[in-house]
Amino acid sequence: MINQIASLGRTGIETCRQIGVSGIFLFRTLVRMPQIRKTLPLLIQQMYAVGILSLLIIGVSGLFVGMVLALQGDHILSQFGSEDQLGQLVALSVTRELGPVLAALLFAGRAGTSLTAEIGLMRATDQLNSMEMMAVDPLLRVIRPRLVAGIIALPLLVLIFNVIAIYGSALIGVNWLGISSGSFWGNMQASVDFRTDVVNGIVKSIVFGVAVTWIAVYQGFYSKPNAAGIGRATTNTVIYGSLLVLALDFVLTAMMLGEW
Amino acid sequence: MSNQRLVELAVGLFILAAFGALLVLAFEVSGLNRLSGGDTYNVSATFNNIGGLRVRAPVKVGGVEIGSVESIRLNQDNYEATVTLALEGDKPHLPKDSSASILTEGLLGSKYISIQPGFDTEMLANNDTIDETHSAMILENLVGQFLYKTSGKGKDNK
Repeated sequence: MINQIASLGRTGIETCRQIGVSGIFLFRTLVRMPQIRKTLPLLIQQMYAVGILSLLIIGVSGLFVGMVLALQGDHILSQFGSEDQLGQLVALSVTRELGPVLAALLFAGRAGTSLTAEIGLMRATDQLNSMEMMAVDPLLRVIRPRLVAGIIALPLLVLIFNVIAIYGSALIGVNWLGISSGSFWGNMQASVDFRTDVVNGIVKSIVFGVAVTWIAVYQGFYSKPNAAGIGRATTNTVIYGSLLVLALDFVLTAMMLGEW
Repeated sequence: MSNQRLVELAVGLFILAAFGALLVLAFEVSGLNRLSGGDTYNVSATFNNIGGLRVRAPVKVGGVEIGSVESIRLNQDNYEATVTLALEGDKPHLPKDSSASILTEGLLGSKYISIQPGFDTEMLANNDTIDETHSAMILENLVGQFLYKTSGKGKDNK
């Protein structure tokens, strides 16, 4: 009994310690002298790895999310005879919620896991240690380009996701279900506000980008240096990343709607 | 070398595509161009009851949108709502004795302001006030009046 309470306490202390370590890890990675000339080529390489290679899954899911929203929205709205409001429904739900959240979840699955596995394998094969032996700081050389690339790439992916989803819904709503194109786009433009809807979505996506990439590189960097450890770390990236994205989304939405 | 060049090119295209997406979201989806495009002038109108009119609601003449509601505030002296309208166009084109009324799009739609042009030769200028206004129809009040009248009739018949 006492042992179980003690192990619960140990888990709690360990969790707090990991949060602290990850905070120091983030601080030591980002708060450094920027070395643009050295970092930029590495950053571009990582932008390619986390951004462009995620583009396909983001684009395809955006298309299907938009098309499904159009079908479902039309089905419900037609009961009230207001199919004309479909554009508004799709654009608001995509720019405010679905775009940032779904893209961040997909990003955690596609880019986050590959970052964790890559860094974890570097740890397991002692590449990170040998860098330190050569007086190259792995935080600067390996972690920072990946972290910054993730933070930049996710908002860009979210923008693309939003546009593809909205055009996907226009494809279904206007071309298939026969909603007039004028009322589809007109209602959308009348109800979507650039500042409160589009910009708030971008702010959300920046926060999600920091959260997901931070967890991914942290899990990789501090993974146990063996096969099971890397697998564990990759799983943790997806679980913690997704949960944190959903929880942060609730907090951010509450703040943006002014309920807090 | 050429591989690195390809990667750089792809990343550049990626960033360009994202900014293109931002532009589409700004102008095609959120209709930002209508807010910034063209000159507007302000006209105010006072209503007894605005009944759910919102800021940015359209202002229409003959069903055609010519502007939007800029601000709504309560006049502290007589407890009436002062609505400021931002009308498009650099020079005034509405007669001075035009009247404004708050109408509803469809039975349950959102409120908008309809302006009925008058016959005056003088035009509404910037910061002028529309004197003749018709307040919003409040559905509950109408139902209440209707019920009151029908119940009154019922008593008379007894």
